[in-house]
Amino acid sequence: MKEFIQVTVDGIAAGSIYGAVALALVLIYRTTGIVNFAQGEMAMFSTFIAWGLLQADVPLGLAILCTLGLSFAGGMAIERLIIRPVEGSDPLALVIVTLGLLILLNSGAGWIWGFNNRAFPSMFSDDRLDIGGVHISWESIGITGVTLGVVGVLWVFTQKTKLGLAMRAVSMNPESSQLSGIRVGRTLMIGWGLAAAVGALAGALIAPSLFLDVNFMGAVLVYSFAAATLGGFDSPHGAVIGGWIIGVTETLAGHYVDFIGADLKILVPLGIIIAVLMVRPSGLFGSREVARV
Amino acid sequence: MSLLEVEELCATYGQGYVLHGVSFTVDEGQIVSILGPNGAGKTTTLRAISGVVRTTGRIALDGVDVAGESPDRIARRGIAHVPEGRGTFTELSVDDNLRVGAYTRRDGVREDIARCYEWFPRLAERRTQHAGNLSGGEQQMLAVSRALMLRPRLLLLDEPSLGLAPLVTRELFRILEGIARDEGITMLIVEQNANLVLKFADHAYVLESGRIALDGPADEIGADEAVKRSYLGV
Amino acid sequence: MNAATEQRLRVGGLIAVGIFAAAVPFVFGPYRVGQLTLVLAYAVAVLGLNVLVGYSGQISLGHGAFFALGAYTAASLVEKASFPHLLTLPVAFVVAGAAGFLVGLPALRIRGLYLALLTLGLAVATAPLIKRFEGLTGGADGLNVVQPEPPGFLSGLALDQYVYLLTLVIAVPLFALIALMLRSRVGRSLVAIRDNEIVAKSMGINLATMKTGAFAVSAAYAGVAGALYVFSVGFVGPESFTLVLSFAFLAAIVVGGLATVSGAVLGALFIVLVPEYAADVDDALAGVIYGATLILVMYVERRGAVGLARRIWGRATRGRQDRAEREDRGGIPAAGVPTGGT
Repeated sequence: MKEFIQVTVDGIAAGSIYGAVALALVLIYRTTGIVNFAQGEMAMFSTFIAWGLLQADVPLGLAILCTLGLSFAGGMAIERLIIRPVEGSDPLALVIVTLGLLILLNSGAGWIWGFNNRAFPSMFSDDRLDIGGVHISWESIGITGVTLGVVGVLWVFTQKTKLGLAMRAVSMNPESSQLSGIRVGRTLMIGWGLAAAVGALAGALIAPSLFLDVNFMGAVLVYSFAAATLGGFDSPHGAVIGGWIIGVTETLAGHYVDFIGADLKILVPLGIIIAVLMVRPSGLFGSREVARV
Repeated sequence: MSLLEVEELCATYGQGYVLHGVSFTVDEGQIVSILGPNGAGKTTTLRAISGVVRTTGRIALDGVDVAGESPDRIARRGIAHVPEGRGTFTELSVDDNLRVGAYTRRDGVREDIARCYEWFPRLAERRTQHAGNLSGGEQQMLAVSRALMLRPRLLLLDEPSLGLAPLVTRELFRILEGIARDEGITMLIVEQNANLVLKFADHAYVLESGRIALDGPADEIGADEAVKRSYLGV
Repeated sequence: MNAATEQRLRVGGLIAVGIFAAAVPFVFGPYRVGQLTLVLAYAVAVLGLNVLVGYSGQISLGHGAFFALGAYTAASLVEKASFPHLLTLPVAFVVAGAAGFLVGLPALRIRGLYLALLTLGLAVATAPLIKRFEGLTGGADGLNVVQPEPPGFLSGLALDQYVYLLTLVIAVPLFALIALMLRSRVGRSLVAIRDNEIVAKSMGINLATMKTGAFAVSAAYAGVAGALYVFSVGFVGPESFTLVLSFAFLAAIVVGGLATVSGAVLGALFIVLVPEYAADVDDALAGVIYGATLILVMYVERRGAVGLARRIWGRATRGRQDRAEREDRGGIPAAGVPTGGT
């Protein structure tokens, strides 16, 4: 039983990461209607930037904060320079552009920092918390806590601020938003900036356990897609809850089911994606609108 | 100088022209209506003014040419457009819809929201509900209120009576008349319901196949049965 | 320029291309010939994908899975069951086609983003599944596959020349078949489905048959292409069939030109040659150049190389014509777009 709780808590922590990246995916999908296949690579690139700052002897907390700011700016730039010129054209062209961005960032990171993996320090202590014989790592608690914090901040932002209201309006009806004087382009940029920053944070949170290399976000992205699908691609809270479900399922399955070795673990989220799409494509919390690609 | 001057407006959606050189003016404080049959180009005219549709020709607000500017910039200049179909944010609450309308404003937002609820008590009753749950008439009132939250110099209304029951339409126009009278807002109203709007407006233009076929004081056109029959199918 | 002259030019162009293609093994050295063999094989796969995405409007991010299925079918038949190479081609065609049909069934119920996700799942699952069924596939180590030998009467040909010509001889009729099919009522039905399913249904088109059929055909083509790939490369391993391959196929149809036949060849050329030239510039930068090129191509001409060619051709031959008229005559219908409704 104790083991079960420990594994579950680890699953929740992993799930928090998937949920965070899924949240970034949903943010972009809701505001711009685009599926950002490059989300994982953007997060990876940001994490490398953080690593670079660390090499320059910048303290961890400051390095991550700077990275969040730089990622926000980077996300805005990507929307303005790479996505905006192609926006409004057919969905397939947009898919190609995000794929091109994926390849570009992946190779770009390799070109700048090399293809070897390296360690990334954790924000939290190595210790475990002992509650009645159950050992829960501070890392898991920390990751989950930070993710909850991010979700909370985003919720307050979108529900209670003027800019957040503008983002919601733009995601529902860009033309009406324009008629009310909202600069749609700028709002989209901010959406991408936020998504990039959330992805960066997720990368920094999971890098300690996965080791940082150019491909470390690849599997995470697949899990995050599963989380967003399960939760509903246009539901922010769905993304986070979906992430937890996936995280716990994956960790429990990996721990208790022998048939699934390390190689095949990726089939768990894929199986979930397929099951969800067959039974209820809009996911647990998504709206039933037919989506563009 | 008129508040709005439109000169030689030509518009196309890619397959032939919808407007063939439309020209008219709207003076400050006036209520002008644009009438005409389906497909005459009335909606296109409004969309040209609010910047949604690209056109050739001159569109001047207070003498400044605004043709070609983006819709949000034109909105910030003080032109509020209540689009055909209302453009309601169905998943936002009534309150939030109004707040979106007030996006460009810095102060006085709460007072203005209160005033909208005074003009349209039915909206006040539903202020926290999803706008998508409102009836057609209520959504129209919401759309008008949202536009008014901009504190516009010019209010463009596209077929406000569309899809509304006669009683609701009369109530809506009664309130609009009151707002026009109290606030002195300049209005440009596109309508198919000629009778109703001609009683309300100062001046009227009749559009046919993308050209202005007729223009004159609203009461004159309203009194001319022959005109009404041939142009407005009344 | 009237229609008759255009037709003559088009036929002439095809003949010229055909002569060039047949001459390749005798003009170029083995490396280049091998590369162009790969281009031909990919072109077949890309053409299949174009039928699915460009014509029937169903998106697939998992085309590489069917390619892999065909490749491994051929590989295991040759290596484990001593099948003659040529015989594996129809088997790969049928096996992959059946798999495509099976995927096409659930695809009937979902579309757009969700179909993209489903097929993405397929693509990601390919490598792990290959590793799992080690007995058949050779697992992570892969399988070395004997390449086809030229028969007695062609013994003058070198191996690479024979494989190239074999691929060409298979590819040309496959291309012709699709080109004919697309010009027929079947092709028109597919386009109708892509543009508006509800209208298509009211016209009496059987959506289920056409859509699963499109999936089956596209997968079958990918399967044959996979088998041809094995003949050319002589090796299969899970690393050859990652998500990158499926993305490359998708990029190929968009860069070459959605809903076009010639675009398949152009797209295949792109995905084979650009990464190589990029690697020549700088090994590590290869991906950067490739990715940037993809993005740039989308800026310049979203309808791919064929769209660009049509644009330039239109400007060169039509001169000062009314823009509206030119737009009416069009080019690619509705920009070959899988709309939100599909």
